[in-house]
Amino acid sequence: MSEPRIVFDNVSRFYGEVLGVNRVNLSIPPGITSLVGPNGSGKTTLMNLMTGLIRPSRGSIRVLGIPPDRPEELFRKMGYCTQVDAFPKGLTGYQFIYSFLLVHGMIESEAAKLTEEAIARVSMTQAADRPVAAYSKGMRQRIKLAQAIAHRPSVLVLDEPLNGLDPMARAETIALFKTWGEEGRHVIVSSHILHEVDRISDQVILLSHGYVVAEGQIQGVRSEVKDQPIQILVRCDKPAVLAARLFEQDNVVEAKVNADGKGLLVRTRDADNLYLLLNRIVLDNHLEVEAVAPADDDVNSVYQYLIAGEGGTT
Amino acid sequence: MTWTQIANQPWMLWRRQVAAILRLELKKTLFSKRAWWIYLLTLGPVFITGMHSLFARGGHHTMGEDQMIFAGIFQVYFLRLGIFFGCLGIFSNLFRAEVLERTLHYYFMAPVRREVLTVSKYLAGVLAAVIYFSGSVALSFLFISAHWGPVFQQYLAHGGGLAQLGWYALTAALACVGYGSVFLLSGIVIRNPLIPAAVVFVWENLNPFLPSLLKKFSIIFYLKSLCPAGDTADGPLAFLASTAEPTPAWLAITGLLIVSALVLAYAAARSRQLEVSYSE
Repeated sequence: MSEPRIVFDNVSRFYGEVLGVNRVNLSIPPGITSLVGPNGSGKTTLMNLMTGLIRPSRGSIRVLGIPPDRPEELFRKMGYCTQVDAFPKGLTGYQFIYSFLLVHGMIESEAAKLTEEAIARVSMTQAADRPVAAYSKGMRQRIKLAQAIAHRPSVLVLDEPLNGLDPMARAETIALFKTWGEEGRHVIVSSHILHEVDRISDQVILLSHGYVVAEGQIQGVRSEVKDQPIQILVRCDKPAVLAARLFEQDNVVEAKVNADGKGLLVRTRDADNLYLLLNRIVLDNHLEVEAVAPADDDVNSVYQYLIAGEGGTT
Repeated sequence: MTWTQIANQPWMLWRRQVAAILRLELKKTLFSKRAWWIYLLTLGPVFITGMHSLFARGGHHTMGEDQMIFAGIFQVYFLRLGIFFGCLGIFSNLFRAEVLERTLHYYFMAPVRREVLTVSKYLAGVLAAVIYFSGSVALSFLFISAHWGPVFQQYLAHGGGLAQLGWYALTAALACVGYGSVFLLSGIVIRNPLIPAAVVFVWENLNPFLPSLLKKFSIIFYLKSLCPAGDTADGPLAFLASTAEPTPAWLAITGLLIVSALVLAYAAARSRQLEVSYSE
């Protein structure tokens, strides 16, 4: 049985003297994995490595047990939507997908069926017979997505797939990613739209200057960032009372009452202790608590703490 | 590899993949705006021989002289210039043009062996080049003597003219096969294919002046062996030319095909190392 993971074993890639990625060790499980990092951090290099478009200078890669230098096996299971906004000349959207399904070796009826299905999935049926050259950027992005998913791959690699999409198409595309992730496929997404990545990711890989800075489920990654106090938002009826009691604790760094007077943002170095303490304060002071939720265990916050803090930009 | 292993390869799948790639590539290679200068290379001699046919009626020359002129055009223009540079344009661009247009990754993201992709692209190049150049050779051959009317028709039908035409077309096709494999390889291996093209061009044109052994390490030597009319190509420097034993046609054809197949096999093996890097 093939290994259901994408594994990078001490992978480095250099472009001459320039570092692409360095000493990457990853084991990516099924589900949605987001690659997050500033421009030039190595996201596209990592994707090109796992799809075999480039080769590692050192180390080895296995995608579901297949080395990427065997495209004839790999791309039966993998689809890749690159950032490159270029298409073979003179083809309509339908012909673009259909022609490359024939290159897969499919018979014509099967290729036609899968082409129609993929085009429908990205809501491009109306425009399928128009030349790709006449498409808007969003339509080109969607037809590329359709091409990547047309052969029903179990691993999807999507480099900035939300670029150029309008809000409606973006919502539809994100819903598609969620469906694929829930179906047990690997969906590897790079995006600079952090709040959207955050909504869909099962795990994140944070990259900076060619190195993997952190990886895993976002809450786990956040809890590893020890030097930044954790922010917890408490919605309650008497935030000032709560703030006063919390300030008595050493590990509480800051407590800020919300502008609407119905909530308190607490920054603490010991979240577990704070949750225990909160129970006692609530009972002692007869507070009515509406919600308690972490406020900075999202991709954006972790990104800010780990990467933007050292001068990176999205 | 045993015969059983060879028989167990997915030949049907490869056949379908080759057909699909041929369909995409032929469209690009035959009808590309980028190929305008190849159209000129092929249409030039057709136009000139057509003009000759129109304006040479009643001139003081013989049909035999027309045929000798055509032999010269074939050896000097077609073999040494037209087909050489046409193949350079067609075959070195099979991969390079896709890098320039940033579309090569679509092939690399299909579950197709790189060897199958390379052979398919080569076949598309050969088909296009043969259509261009064998077609141009055939039309030029017919046009140059067309004004002789029934005499020429008689020569074609019963005087060996058709066989001669067939040999010219076959030689042109073999030139496409041979030069095609060389330029496909150079397009894969070397970033700037003009450098190996210049080297091959000099080598091929030095051929008449090389010692007889070295002559045999060139494509033009075998092609000239196949030409139906004698060697007319060495011009004013003919006195410098050395002679080599003429090669029998079967050996020239087989040799060219084998050498082309070996070069193609090496190109296919090297294509497995190709990476997609559009930022060069």
